[in-house]
Amino acid sequence: MTDVTLTVNGTQVTAQVEGRTLLVDLLREDARLTGTHVGCDTSQCGACVVHVNGEAVKSCTMFAVEADGAEVTTIEGMANADGSLSTLQQAFQDHHGLQCGFCTPGMVMSAAALLKENPKPSAQEIRDYLEGNICRCTGYHNIVKSILAASGQDAGAIAAE
Amino acid sequence: MPNDIGHSASSKRREDVRFLTGVGNYTDDIDLHRQSHVVFLRSQVAHGRLKAVETTAAAAMPGVLRIFTGADFEGVGGIPTGWQITSRDGEVMQEPGHPVLAQGKVRFVGDMIAAVVAETEDQARDAAEAIELDIEELPAVIDMKAALAEGSPKVHDDLTGNLCYDWGFVEDNRDAVDAAIKAADHVTTLELVNNRLVANPMEPRVAIGDFAPGTGDSTLYTTSQNPHLIRLLMGAFVLGIPEHKLRVVAPDVGGGFGTKIFHYAEEAFCTFAAKALKRPVKWTSTRSEAFISDAHGRDHVTKIELALSKEGDFLAVRTDTHANMGAYLSTFAPAVPTWLHGILMAGNYKTPLIYVNVKAVFTNTVPVDAYRGAGRPEATFQLERVIDKAAREMGFDPIELRRRNFIHDFPYATPVAVEYDTGDYDATLDKLLEISDHAGFEARRDASAKKGLLRGLGINCYIEACGIAPSNLVGQLGARAGLYESATVRVNATGGLVVMTGSHSHGQGHETAFPQVIAKMIGIDENMIEIVHGDTANAPMGMGTYGSRSLAVGGSAMVRATEKIIAKAKKIAAHLLEASDADIELKDGQFSIVGTDKSVAWGEVTLAAYVPHNYPLDDIEPGLEETAFYDPTNFTYPAGAYSCEVEVDPDTGRVTIERFAAADDFGNVINPMIVEGQVHGGIGQGIGQALLEGAVYDDNGQLLTGSYMDYAMPRADDLPFFQVDHSCQTPCTHNPLGVKGCGEAGAIGSPPAVVNAVVDALQRAGLDVTHIDMPLSPARVWSAMNS
Ligand code: FES
Ligand code: FES
Repeated sequence: MTDVTLTVNGTQVTAQVEGRTLLVDLLREDARLTGTHVGCDTSQCGACVVHVNGEAVKSCTMFAVEADGAEVTTIEGMANADGSLSTLQQAFQDHHGLQCGFCTPGMVMSAAALLKENPKPSAQEIRDYLEGNICRCTGYHNIVKSILAASGQDAGAIAAE
Repeated sequence: MPNDIGHSASSKRREDVRFLTGVGNYTDDIDLHRQSHVVFLRSQVAHGRLKAVETTAAAAMPGVLRIFTGADFEGVGGIPTGWQITSRDGEVMQEPGHPVLAQGKVRFVGDMIAAVVAETEDQARDAAEAIELDIEELPAVIDMKAALAEGSPKVHDDLTGNLCYDWGFVEDNRDAVDAAIKAADHVTTLELVNNRLVANPMEPRVAIGDFAPGTGDSTLYTTSQNPHLIRLLMGAFVLGIPEHKLRVVAPDVGGGFGTKIFHYAEEAFCTFAAKALKRPVKWTSTRSEAFISDAHGRDHVTKIELALSKEGDFLAVRTDTHANMGAYLSTFAPAVPTWLHGILMAGNYKTPLIYVNVKAVFTNTVPVDAYRGAGRPEATFQLERVIDKAAREMGFDPIELRRRNFIHDFPYATPVAVEYDTGDYDATLDKLLEISDHAGFEARRDASAKKGLLRGLGINCYIEACGIAPSNLVGQLGARAGLYESATVRVNATGGLVVMTGSHSHGQGHETAFPQVIAKMIGIDENMIEIVHGDTANAPMGMGTYGSRSLAVGGSAMVRATEKIIAKAKKIAAHLLEASDADIELKDGQFSIVGTDKSVAWGEVTLAAYVPHNYPLDDIEPGLEETAFYDPTNFTYPAGAYSCEVEVDPDTGRVTIERFAAADDFGNVINPMIVEGQVHGGIGQGIGQALLEGAVYDDNGQLLTGSYMDYAMPRADDLPFFQVDHSCQTPCTHNPLGVKGCGEAGAIGSPPAVVNAVVDALQRAGLDVTHIDMPLSPARVWSAMNS
């Protein structure tokens, strides 16, 4: 067992973990932040995406000990300071970018990372970027629209092209 | 009741806020005090005799609380099946036992042999690896036709063979169909496979059993689409727990698509073990485990023949299908290839004679059951493919051939036992041609050709039967349950409403759409209404969510209960207004005496119901709470037309979806945004089936596609934007909302459009390709082009 200390959504978290403990398990079990989901065991689905030191990371591919000292942001840390939905989260609600909600935390975290890199992505760039995030419910149509809208583009017009 | 109840704008989904901020409550998010964890040791061989399970060393490992094997479940019931099918010869189907943990034999890779319960999941996993097994491997039965051959090894030694049933429908039509096919001007024959799929909701299954020694009550938290059904099946047939001592909770569920309907052995295990150990027992499936334990879908091998006159009239349809049941009968499995498939073989067409033969077969594979569409995609695919083939063989335009045979007069009794109440198939087809810019296809084809790509266009129609189902009818057909739905509407003193429903929401947005209906009926803000579902402790007995039934059946129950509420509230209002209740009308949340300006508000009436100081106590009881059970009188029949344009790369066989359009008739629509989302998702899964997905077993029964590395899930860059339209509306005539259901249409209507489009592209390029089996991988398309 090793002690790890990291900052999660601005709060310091310390946990005793085994070498094999994954970051996602630390977040879900030790930090009790269950918004980050586990949808696979082969690093394919992206339900577990969080930001580690500002980069989108699949938290099932990282050991908890590797995150020692890191700044981690999860879906629970994405709303505005007053608790209202951020522009990106609001766009997902406005454009029905989620159904069962299980892939949603990973989608939002990936989309936030994309928009940081590329503030006005094309629909194709969004689809390419989300290659590592699987959604079984939406057919991606409204997810892509949500991200277009969050970046200030006319999602309806682009989807109808 | 007018058909426009609840018609309203697309309210945004209230459930989204918790999902978008990470505070949903999925089953795996629940941790109970003193919880233990179970890991199942699953068979790695497809078929074998279980000679010894040696657990002594494993049981001594750190943290292990107890190891269970099949012997612990002797005397406990097996996992039951909800339908009984009768074969052509009048015999009932063969129904094998399905123990919670394997006894004597293992029958598929994934069959559960032992269960290790430990303090932590890692400890349980380590100990499971230390269990020593002695299994005598037997030849695996994988191919359905080989399974039925003389001398095939048997999946179940105590059955007469691997045939579950041999079903003929409608048996009385058999000779007439044979004669019509023999005499016809033209017969088109197509042999095809409806590929085996894995539903893959993104949330893996989870079960937590809990037991309260003080009261003797058991609780199961589970990822289910229908908690009451699980309570009934598990309580009555497996564990012998009366329903009043068993609570089943299905909180937020991360997608179902059918595969979370069924009662699974893991649920029974956790409930059983929690009682044995007096501690909560939690199981969380890994994705790898889901591939070998969630019921699979489809897996039909079919020969279909369509007889036509030389003018193009459909004269008869005859089909011969082998349907894979897997190793055991899952909850709805026997019904899927029969009643959910045979009754759709008329499609949108007035074919007078139809005969469907289905042989259901046991194999050493994961059980197969309903997956989004369940039988209806299989029916639609074969019919719409054979029509396309017939059009090409006879030189008809595939669109005009369909139109020529459309049903126009409703109600219409098909030769396969159902009566369509309403529809307008020309309207949806016309709408499709408009929204897909059919007229622009040739120009787009030229543009593709300039890039060296082959463009093809596929069009098809579909009809489905939703809103299942009249209980008396399904009882005659072999269902062991009723298929009504329930709702309790509880009005609080301060005017807010709680609606407890047996329908379950796992992505469909009931928490938003259902209040829209009630808000409209009463004339109050929809935020005054809360939907409670997924817990047998509060909702009345209900049958759950599948078969696109929630609004058509569950919504109808809710309307009926609300009507009772309004009737009682009018009596209270009449008392307060000193009028006769016949003179009271309710509008915009105000009860008024017709033709006067005297009124009382909704909140005054609800308050009076709970503070009955001035109240007609001689006539009616205090309180305002009503329950209704709604049993539909017919299925509903959503229908529509779909089109797909593909580009095929002639060098590689790679297919890309360039355009996809869907025109659906769902009857009345409550929340258009949610309806469109359902269609998008269904199309995504249908294109997945057509192009990407397939569960593949090798001859030894090893699943070769057991993870997302090998099983190709549709990704964002595999799909285009979809053009969808639901403006053609012929309301259902027999439910109070006039709704038909929209959950499965996309998955039913889209696979034939894709395959029709690819075949069209190849034929336009002069290639003699009449069919390619799904999924249309580059390798398959390339081989078809080059053979
Ligand atoms: S859980 Fe991390 S990628 Fe699937
Ligand atoms: S919303 Fe259900 S998996 Fe994406």
